[in-house]
Amino acid sequence: MNGTAEIAAPVPAVEKESAHEGLLAWVSTVDHKRIGILYLLAAAFFFALGGGEAMLMRLQLSWPNLHVLAPDTYNQLFTMHGTTMIFLVAMPVIFGFANYLVPLMIGARDVAFPRLNAMSFWLLLFGGLLLYFSFAAGGAPDAGWFSYAPLSEQPYSSSNGTDYYVLGLLVTGIGSVAGSINLLVTILKFRAPGLTMRRVPLFVWMVFNTAVLVILAIPVLNAAIVMLLIDRKFSSGFFQPGQGGSPLIWQHFFWTFGHPEVYILALPAFGMISEVIPVFSRKPIFGYEFVAASTVAITVLSFGVWAHHMFAVGLGVLANSFFAGTSLLIAVPTGVKIWNWIATMWQGHLKLTTAMLFAMAFLVEFTIGGLSGVTFAAVPMDWQLTDTYYLVAHLHYVLFGGTIFGIFAALYYWFPKMSGRMLDEHLGRLHFWLTVVGFNLTFLFHHALGIMGMPRRVYTYPDLPGWGILNLVSTIGASIMGVSVLVLARNLLHSLRHGKIAGDNPWEAWTLEWATTSPPPAHNFNKVPPVNGRRPLWDLHHPGRTDEELQKQEGGARDP
Amino acid sequence: MLYTSKAGAVGDSQRAANREDVVVCPGLPAAGVHAMSNADLHITSPPWFPVFHPGSPDAWAIQSLSGFVFAVCAVILAIVTGLVVFCLWRFRRPEKREEPPQRFGNVKLEIVWITIPLLLVAVIGIATVFTMKSMAAPASRPPDLIVRGHQWWWEVEYPQPGIVTANEIHLPAGRKWLVELEAADVIHDFWVPELARKMDMIPGLKRRMWLEADQPGVYQGQCAEFCGAQHAWMRFQVVAQSPADFSAWQAGQLQPAAIPSRAEAREGQQLFQQMTCVTCHAIDQSPGALRTAPNLAQLASRYQIAGGALANTPKQLFQWLMDPQKYKPGCKMPDLKLTDAQAHALVAYLEGTP
Repeated sequence: MNGTAEIAAPVPAVEKESAHEGLLAWVSTVDHKRIGILYLLAAAFFFALGGGEAMLMRLQLSWPNLHVLAPDTYNQLFTMHGTTMIFLVAMPVIFGFANYLVPLMIGARDVAFPRLNAMSFWLLLFGGLLLYFSFAAGGAPDAGWFSYAPLSEQPYSSSNGTDYYVLGLLVTGIGSVAGSINLLVTILKFRAPGLTMRRVPLFVWMVFNTAVLVILAIPVLNAAIVMLLIDRKFSSGFFQPGQGGSPLIWQHFFWTFGHPEVYILALPAFGMISEVIPVFSRKPIFGYEFVAASTVAITVLSFGVWAHHMFAVGLGVLANSFFAGTSLLIAVPTGVKIWNWIATMWQGHLKLTTAMLFAMAFLVEFTIGGLSGVTFAAVPMDWQLTDTYYLVAHLHYVLFGGTIFGIFAALYYWFPKMSGRMLDEHLGRLHFWLTVVGFNLTFLFHHALGIMGMPRRVYTYPDLPGWGILNLVSTIGASIMGVSVLVLARNLLHSLRHGKIAGDNPWEAWTLEWATTSPPPAHNFNKVPPVNGRRPLWDLHHPGRTDEELQKQEGGARDP
Repeated sequence: MLYTSKAGAVGDSQRAANREDVVVCPGLPAAGVHAMSNADLHITSPPWFPVFHPGSPDAWAIQSLSGFVFAVCAVILAIVTGLVVFCLWRFRRPEKREEPPQRFGNVKLEIVWITIPLLLVAVIGIATVFTMKSMAAPASRPPDLIVRGHQWWWEVEYPQPGIVTANEIHLPAGRKWLVELEAADVIHDFWVPELARKMDMIPGLKRRMWLEADQPGVYQGQCAEFCGAQHAWMRFQVVAQSPADFSAWQAGQLQPAAIPSRAEAREGQQLFQQMTCVTCHAIDQSPGALRTAPNLAQLASRYQIAGGALANTPKQLFQWLMDPQKYKPGCKMPDLKLTDAQAHALVAYLEGTP
């Protein structure tokens, strides 16, 4: 066990190296830790907006034929909810954690290009604000987060909303690509001596793959939305059938970006889970090589599955069969991770912290989302279930049950490192149970609603059998989720000032970020411990039982 | 020259047909009766789970595949959940300070949990391809029916014998019909969960699929691709009839319209001509009739108006004419600022109320 962790008071927030103080220090910062926190704060701000939009939608849908919202308003809200949650919440949270943690995990002083890093963040923030400015400029975008042409073209979408959608996503997208290049170079070039790519924490592996996905996928989106803008402003007709364009080309472009995007949002959560589960099982990750390699497999395959979003388009049996095959195949490397996480817990000594509870709930919720994904790969099932509430259930089990549960686990796990103080575990457990109950009440019955024939993206619906009551249950679930977020906010605000002092390594974890103070000094490490394996801090505290020696005893596994 | 229709007579006989002759499919209590006795026709009682209530060979095929895939998924979910709960119960050691045995992996286990899922998805993939192939629609022969999606209504065309109607598809039960799908403006999606797959309707392209109902009955359909402000009220019905009833329906649709007998209906006919109605709506089957808005010929025979937002009763048609934007905000039907008397006259004309 780690007996040497000292309990030290948090280091003052303002770094000594900085020329500025207070707010200006944050605005002018190029420190990866502060930029990481700025990303998280921006995500929290947009999460409040996107969550509020969801609550309004659930209110309108709580019973058949309600008139809480006008159809136009509803359509703007669901478009903004999806766009916000994907581009302004999930991606920034992921960039926030990656920014904060990757340099610490690899024993680096900062990212490779600190000023580019700051630029990436400010592009994200102002891109998001530009998108939201549309509300004041005549109406938010209202063609859905994937803005299918020709509905998103000038003749059918005459407000400026879609233009703001294009500009907002373009600006944040450039930031994301720059941020990913930064992370990629950092991981490749700034690892501590001894920390080979076969030894880096799995979170770093996942961020590495995510960065590759962002660099390859986002430019496709950026090219497509610029074409859409040219269509809208200069009548170029790329996606307008009347002018020789093709609405289907838009769909191909969008999902060539859009499906890798799903893994951009999922892989970092896999990484978070891969750090949390071992520490609270008191065991190393099971099958490190397989978790890492299956991620590479996902990264490659994710560029060959896009048309499974288009099975209802009528591409023909041959094309559909190909994309059904790749989509079924990608379930296998995803499943490999689930089995390895369970094997990591097997015969461990489980410590049920809030972080661990969220990680374990992730395993079940994400499996539900993954399996409903498999049902969509069986093409004729997709022909019945796509564009219904079953799909709404599927995507929320992947993005909330997966990504957000992973992020909550990460928040409870790394908050002490970032703030120097522990989050309150009692409030944490309350937050956890409210989230689990609220989330499943909200979305579980959406599966049934889809099978009942309820299409997605309707502002109201007829009183068909069962539709009213299941929608009411969903709205009640959403209210519980709303309360859960307030509990989390209370916990964060309270613990920031009054939480228990964390010390360097409150969880007795083994990766390098726990080898420095909480929060770390501006330069991160006074001295990076020697790295001879995947768990440097384990090796440090278990001389004679280092990973290397343990693995030699185990025999079967290879030396990392 | 517009003809006054015998809409009333045909409509009534059609309703009578629905009331007496149509054997509604199981779980769908006499839709016609319910519809016409209840102002809110769209609140008939279709099955709870239309996707799992197949009414055609294709829908059965999809359900069989679904049953298999859901079963596989349920087993996997049960295993994962079971293992997580077991770990929670068996390996919880809140106070234990010593570390458990450190295990790093097991290649044999990895091979097992890669191979078994691979085999499972291979089986699902093969079943998928065969099910898909069984439903592929031919491109060679002319379609029996052309359905064209508009913001936010359905244009329904029978090339033989040349009928255009809207928001309601009549077909003979037990016959496999080839349907061609098109779109007039944006992308829509044609979906009747009890009868067939869904298929996108894409402007500039023609798509084909099979549509068939084993039993006579009324089946709910709707647009499944978001298509703008009133996507929610882009619903329709498929009315499967016995071949005799279907022929009667077709004959009724082709009936030349007659001069309305009642003064109020004649006034309605005049208003229909004088107000802006005729700039968008056709009301007969003459070749080249307008297709910019629903064809209103034999309107009285239909179940719903406004894409399902209202039932087709004189009362609701009156409400609709008085303020369409109230019931379907954003739709293309303008508020015509009718007086009560004018609206009543139009209702009398369109519904052919005696």
